Amino acid sequence: MAWTRKVLRVNLTDGTCTPEDLNMDWAMDYLGSRGLATKYFVEEVDATVDPLAPENKMIMATGPLTGTVASTGGRYTVITKGPLTGAIACSNSGGYFGAEMKFAGWDMIIFEGKSEKPVYLMVENETAQLRDASHLWGTSTWHTEEQIKKENQDPLIRVSSIGKAGESGVLYACIVNDLHRAAGRSGVGTVMGSKNLKAVALRGTRGLSGIHDFPAFMKVTEEKKQILAENAVTGEGLPSFGTQVLMNVINEMGALPTRNHRDVQFEKANDISAEAMAKPRESDGKAQLITNAACFGCTIGCGRISKIDKEHFTVVNKPEYWGASGGLEYEAAWALGAANGVGDLEVLQYANLICNEQGMDPISFGATIGAVMELYEIGVLDDETIGLAAPFGSAEALAELVDMTANGVGFGKEIGLGSKRLCEKYQRPELSMSVKGQEFPAYDSRAIQGMGLTYATSNRGACHLRSYTVSSEVLGIPEKTDPLTTEGKPGLVMAFQDATAAFDASGLCIFTSFAWTLADIQPQIDAACEGDWSLEKLSEVGERIWNMEKVFNLEAGLTKDDDKLPERLTTEPAKEGPAKGLVSGVPEMLPEYYELRGWDTDGKPKAETLGRLGL
Amino acid sequence: MQKSLFIDPVKCTGCLQCEMACSYENTGTLNPSQSRIKVFNFEDQGRQVPYTCTQCDEAWCMHACPVDAIGLDKITGAKVVDDDACVGCKVCTISCPFGTINYVAETGKVQKCDLCGGDPACVKACPTDAITYVDSNWTGLDRMRQWAGRANEASL
Amino acid sequence: MKHLILGNGPAGVVAAETIRKTDPTCSITLVGAEPEPPYSRMAIPYLLEENIDESGTYLRKTEGHFEKLGIELKVGRATGVDPSNKTVQFEDGSTETYDKLLIATGARPILPPIPGVDLPNVHTCWTLDDARHIAALTQKQGAHVVQLGAGFIGCIIMEALSLRGTDLTVVELGDRMVPRMMTSEAGGMIKDWVQKKGINVVTSTKIERIDLTDADRPASTESKSFLKSVIEKLTGHEDAPEPAAAYVDADEDELTVTLSSGEKIACHAVIISAGVRPNVEFLEGTGIDITDGIHTDDRMETSVPDIFAAGDVVAAPDFFTGKPFFSAIQPNAVDEARAAALNMAGRDARMHGVLPINVLDTLGLISSSFGQWEGVEGGESVELSDPERHRYISLQFDGDVLIGATSIGLTQHVGVVRGLIQGRVALGKWKDVLMKEPLRLSEAYLACAQQPGALAG
Repeated sequence: MAWTRKVLRVNLTDGTCTPEDLNMDWAMDYLGSRGLATKYFVEEVDATVDPLAPENKMIMATGPLTGTVASTGGRYTVITKGPLTGAIACSNSGGYFGAEMKFAGWDMIIFEGKSEKPVYLMVENETAQLRDASHLWGTSTWHTEEQIKKENQDPLIRVSSIGKAGESGVLYACIVNDLHRAAGRSGVGTVMGSKNLKAVALRGTRGLSGIHDFPAFMKVTEEKKQILAENAVTGEGLPSFGTQVLMNVINEMGALPTRNHRDVQFEKANDISAEAMAKPRESDGKAQLITNAACFGCTIGCGRISKIDKEHFTVVNKPEYWGASGGLEYEAAWALGAANGVGDLEVLQYANLICNEQGMDPISFGATIGAVMELYEIGVLDDETIGLAAPFGSAEALAELVDMTANGVGFGKEIGLGSKRLCEKYQRPELSMSVKGQEFPAYDSRAIQGMGLTYATSNRGACHLRSYTVSSEVLGIPEKTDPLTTEGKPGLVMAFQDATAAFDASGLCIFTSFAWTLADIQPQIDAACEGDWSLEKLSEVGERIWNMEKVFNLEAGLTKDDDKLPERLTTEPAKEGPAKGLVSGVPEMLPEYYELRGWDTDGKPKAETLGRLGL
Repeated sequence: MQKSLFIDPVKCTGCLQCEMACSYENTGTLNPSQSRIKVFNFEDQGRQVPYTCTQCDEAWCMHACPVDAIGLDKITGAKVVDDDACVGCKVCTISCPFGTINYVAETGKVQKCDLCGGDPACVKACPTDAITYVDSNWTGLDRMRQWAGRANEASL
Repeated sequence: MKHLILGNGPAGVVAAETIRKTDPTCSITLVGAEPEPPYSRMAIPYLLEENIDESGTYLRKTEGHFEKLGIELKVGRATGVDPSNKTVQFEDGSTETYDKLLIATGARPILPPIPGVDLPNVHTCWTLDDARHIAALTQKQGAHVVQLGAGFIGCIIMEALSLRGTDLTVVELGDRMVPRMMTSEAGGMIKDWVQKKGINVVTSTKIERIDLTDADRPASTESKSFLKSVIEKLTGHEDAPEPAAAYVDADEDELTVTLSSGEKIACHAVIISAGVRPNVEFLEGTGIDITDGIHTDDRMETSVPDIFAAGDVVAAPDFFTGKPFFSAIQPNAVDEARAAALNMAGRDARMHGVLPINVLDTLGLISSSFGQWEGVEGGESVELSDPERHRYISLQFDGDVLIGATSIGLTQHVGVVRGLIQGRVALGKWKDVLMKEPLRLSEAYLACAQQPGALAG
């Protein structure tokens, strides 16, 4: 068994930490991480709960392959009800935190209630303790991690924490682990902050001994690593260029949403691309990019480690930002850059650093700035309201607003509520580029039709990682489909959604899917875990997870109206590029998708579907 | 020709596959905390540095051992801990000026890299060739060249 | 060329082997005073813990090791050295000649002048023979034992006695445990830890006297045969020597220990660990300076030509001050032996000063100390302490060079402390890092000593 079979339940109201046995019946049906933790969550939490009330819970969970030698086996997931969306929130992060949880002997940690005063959880193998965090409250994730290591006299402690954004109620606050990896989306950090939980610190020295068939597992993981190494994307593209390799590719496709999705191509895309990161700067002759980096167990190594230009106006007197740090990744570079028309690579890295430091999702933040800039351009917002001039393309405005938002200062408080609430407040709800209140990532639904349906139907609000059809529609993985047509996309999206759910539940990184299919993951799970893990069963686990999340959302009050794109994407055709003249075909794809899913025309799973999946 | 581990930190991504492979090879479990190779993170400089015993000629650990529990593998040149003889006194751990022999509370013994008998698991596990097993002479030469290169870089 | 080595502890053995490696043909005689194969005193506690048997304490475990190397073993206790004739006299009347002489006669425990210290069941814990007796005395679970001294060696013995299941009281004159190795904070943490493990520790206290509780009680022959059987079990020999001690019946507390506080403790045995002194008396009249150990130069040669010294018997130049320093520390002894041996064999080798280094395990709490852990005037220091979790570190700097450290709970890569101190590594900006985060020692070492170009800047 690759599970530790132990769950740590932390009641923040009572200040207690209680070990429990993992429900193995559920593990057999939901595998782990995203699947198993969501099962626990929906069983224990009323779907109508206020996300920021003590009654909401938050689960940090690993998968059976987390902490193993399987490539990318370092992921963990945070499950809660999201304050940005009111839907299930499910945010996944790499780094070393997840593996450390396993090495400490835990599959997951369930947080419930709310602490009276700020605390952090310290877990050292079987010992767990809530400690006072008053001295950490109001400080950054970077300071918190450093301080916890220092006061526990152990530099090898792994920390997940929230920064000021999570404390001050930014609705897209994230949980940052290992300084620059994050459970980024849907405001999981906001929930953590609402519980007065500043950080979770782990130290695990017990290791993992319970792999079901160790020799077989070592052999099959080795074979599968070879596939990743030989694949053009995972073996070459991602390590060399990171996710940023996509910037120019997507721009050329006319699928790079620009200036709050007014445009689909960005004239300065090349200035903020992977190529630009690797090019020596004019100012100091050094490239922003230092090296690539991997999360625990990852043989791909797509992470970027960069150094900002010390002379740049954002950091000229701030040496604390001069060291090497994480970034830029494609989604962040897009959201902070193209979405606002900002083409200054250094300011993007600065905003990215602040997002890491104070714990907020750069996608939702950046996309909200896009909405702010559009509202400014059309005169709804002015200098006085915002406190500064914020036209599209303003690097100064981006730098200023990221500080204001992270610190909850002035207009930053409104930006912290996300584009949906902000646009509604100023009576222009149609300008929020979001689904279920969560902002889009970096692919335009008009030029990559599958992604439109992906966003519309994603259970956690607009997201590329629920079904990354870009693989198929752009990169031809596992087979090429035409990005401009809607034909066949409902089936494609559904297949990606279910497979992704299974990938996520295993504890592996979805980026392996550029080279692997479920059939590559299956033997790794089968060797690691007791029980029969056939390909069929694994597909069914994925489908079961998807439907479970959907049922939670319906019980939470979401309806068919929440499976909808903003009008701009379905009514304003793309102005340029290969998709010129096209709108998103989500309205025509959605009924077919519902039907394929075995859902009724309102998007509710039919009784026989639920019965078939044992829900 | 004896071989030795050659570590190039520039190529290391910090995935810790080496630590996992080492712990599996030597303890049968996946447990980086019991790995004999350790990847140090230099966050501020964006560098990850794998580090383990260089099997040095001085063999401080071997000479310091009061119970003859560290021996020389004549084929690989590795200094190898004999678990049956080790009493866990830890004198070797403070004697080795490289800090590459460590006490393990769980076993009550010390442990260090033994080059896996000539087929190092960390080398096989490293996805980026940051750890290689090469002819000793070549290592020395190349290491000197690399250091010189870096020193030049640093002085600029 | 004839090399004569007095003392067959680690220093003597390593010296003999080093000479042989350098000179395949010379004559080497290795003399030990005890009728045992060369063994390690450091391993005795592990013998008492029954972690190993007596053969586990042997310095070399391969059958015929010394024979194969052509090293002649002799049992004998030197009583005098005649440098002009290059001869050594032994207790049994024999003599040996030499061309080069190495004195590695080590040290012996100090018996403090306490009334009753010569009573039966009052023991030092130094030789294998001591160990056999102590094993017999503490065969019974819960035997009441008083130990005098909680220094470095005392603490190791303490652990062994505790693991043997004795009911132990440790009496230390100093204000804390291991006062000469640990800061007061750290020494206090060790005391706290061992007390929680059930050992009674009394500091700032003397033993005034030891008395027989019932002075008329005779030694029983029955207990003697019991002792003999235990010794036979330990040694594996049936011809074990007849034990001298009596009073092994652990149900009886035959001794009464009176403390300076006035408290009286009834016990079955008293173990003395009050420090050691070098075995140098037989050198009187040779002209060798033997004040607090044999004085040598950095080649480990004494003021008398062709007489070298190494190990616990030596006061070699201190790493920092260059002044004679009596260290009695295993790794130092071995380093000295190698240097001495190379010089005896005609090579040129120098000790670059003796650096005190110690590591201690007190019932699972691991502590270490290095160099000038008390700091120097004008230096800087940093201390981190977490008594609740039994973790501690203190670093001492002189300029940007590390000169000393003490730690508790630090086991991984701890050797780099020695590397940084002994290498006199200039830490540069890493000193500031260590002042803030003292546990990043390994990183500091890697950056400054191993990868200077790549990581220093």
